[in-house]
Amino acid sequence: MSDVYTIWLREMIRYVRAKSRIITSLAMPIIWLALLGTALGTMMENSPLLPEGMNYVQYIAPGIIGMAILFTSIFSGISIIFDREFGFLKEILVAPVSRLSIVLGKALGGTTTAMIQGIIMFCLALFFGVSFGSELGNAGGIVVTILFMFLIGLSFVSIGIAIASKVESMEGFQMIMSFLIMPMFFLSGALYPIDVLPGWLKALTYIDPLTYGVDGLRYAIQGSQTAQFPLWVDFGVLSAFSIFALVLGAYLFKRS
Amino acid sequence: MNAIETIKLTKKFDKLTAVDGVDLTIEEGEFFGFLGPNGAGKTTTISMLSTILRPTSGSANVWGYDIVKEQDKVRKSIGVVFQEPSVDDDLTGMENLEFHARLYKVPKDTMASRTKELLELMELTDRSKDLMKTYSGGMRRRLEIARGLLHHPKVLFLDEPTLGLDPQTRRLIWKYIDKLNKVENVTMLLTTHYMDEADYLCNRIAIIDNGKIVACDTPANLKDGMGGDIITLTLSTPPPANSEKIKKAKKDLENLGRVLSVSLVKDTIKLTASKGETLIPPALNVLRDNKIDVRSVSLHEPTLEDVFIKFTGRKLRDEVEGNKQHMVKAMKQHRRFRH
Ligand SMILES: Nc1ncnc2c1ncn2[C@@H]1O[C@H](COP(=O)(O)OP(=O)(O)O)[C@@H](O)[C@H]1O
Ligand SMILES: [Mg+2]
Repeated sequence: MSDVYTIWLREMIRYVRAKSRIITSLAMPIIWLALLGTALGTMMENSPLLPEGMNYVQYIAPGIIGMAILFTSIFSGISIIFDREFGFLKEILVAPVSRLSIVLGKALGGTTTAMIQGIIMFCLALFFGVSFGSELGNAGGIVVTILFMFLIGLSFVSIGIAIASKVESMEGFQMIMSFLIMPMFFLSGALYPIDVLPGWLKALTYIDPLTYGVDGLRYAIQGSQTAQFPLWVDFGVLSAFSIFALVLGAYLFKRS
Repeated sequence: MNAIETIKLTKKFDKLTAVDGVDLTIEEGEFFGFLGPNGAGKTTTISMLSTILRPTSGSANVWGYDIVKEQDKVRKSIGVVFQEPSVDDDLTGMENLEFHARLYKVPKDTMASRTKELLELMELTDRSKDLMKTYSGGMRRRLEIARGLLHHPKVLFLDEPTLGLDPQTRRLIWKYIDKLNKVENVTMLLTTHYMDEADYLCNRIAIIDNGKIVACDTPANLKDGMGGDIITLTLSTPPPANSEKIKKAKKDLENLGRVLSVSLVKDTIKLTASKGETLIPPALNVLRDNKIDVRSVSLHEPTLEDVFIKFTGRKLRDEVEGNKQHMVKAMKQHRRFRH
């Protein structure tokens, strides 16, 4: 347990110290929220796709929060590649620490930073005029929001660890960005209701784990009016996926 | 007890055999050295013994534990100072030490006194709160050595620990690791390019070349094994190594009485012979008769360098230069990746 804490603590120190990283990883979601929200906002005004009276910024806010968490958590997991490149991984690997503790520490560290980023993004969204309120009530809504932030973070930091255990060098990094992260984001229903998609694309969105994360956030932030699935489905699928991803990450890391 | 024991230890990378059936026994408390040129397989051997790499075949025990089946117990018994940088640049020196102490479960109070002592020894006390990325290469190295010693390992691996350090710091580190070995009985396995380092520190030395141990003994025995003094003849204009002229000269030199071996490396001919001083005039005559000009002559007792040349046919110093370039390259890469 104390080993998990040690590894987690390092992630925290590094996070607090890397101020530029905090800002850069928030810049993209902010730009999306501001530009896309306003530009497409006019187009989507009174669109039958959105619930009555809801503007587009309001609609995509949960998706953009999900995006901030997705980027931060995948990057945290993948940072194992950097640890390997700069030699620090060796220091951890020769220490009398189980591989599982290393993975758990790294995963929880990455999840914590991703949740902090998500919460900052959530506050910024409120600042942009996004309103908060669901059937869950204020307290319940916040608890569920944070719960989903945790599950999204844990899922994707674990995926990042799994990728880093397989990818030898930093070159693979850009590939992952374009072929995994972006499609996953666009397919998640963060920017539009899944129902507008043709059947085969819709099937893809159903196997995209981020879909359930965004949907859960959507439920917690704006209630069932925009959510695609019942809350228990989002929670069940995402929990199962996060456990699967963590086991996969731990397995691949141990074997590498 | 044997601190380290290897049986036919082998590591292959695709077709290249980096470590080739190494048999080795190091006793508890020994200060053991690996001496070999760049690419000999020293780091690969240490990587296997410290559980970073899995052997392709063969087996090894460290502190009585199997390096494949009992990795956790091996890890608890060892400390490693890696050849390549292995600190976190975004942490301070102190934070790197604290991280290490936590992983190795060093008690809090021991940690405080030990850190203080080690930082003073490595002259890093006033920089301990600075980020590692502001450290010079030598300072990093010193911090890594301090870190490797922090948890009192039973066996300490030191992979080229003083490479690139100034002579003064090297001396300091030698004294400290020597004391650690003698007073605290820590078993040491050190790799180095520096003859004087191996000579000063090691009880026993293995000369390793192309993944194989070609000689293994105490420094004194290795030097005595040369069987006499070394005469070094530096040539003014060396003929090509395989020319008839030089071949004949070599044969003539070998036929002088008491000459044990003749070797040619670049522009120097080395003769090993007992009572070397009486052999200088006839040797010069032989070379003059073969029309080879000699620029200078020297006579000395054998050094490990001579032992090395005898077993590998190469000079170590060339390798040191090669390694410096390697270091510079590695550091450049390091810097490029960072920002
Ligand atoms: N990960 C690796 N993949 C392929 N070849 C390697 C790897 N590590 C080392 N080698 C090769 O194995 C040989 C021994 O390397 P090394 O153990 O680093 O030598 P030394 O430490 O004695 O300089 C070298 O030829 C090196 O190029
Ligand atoms: Mg080496």
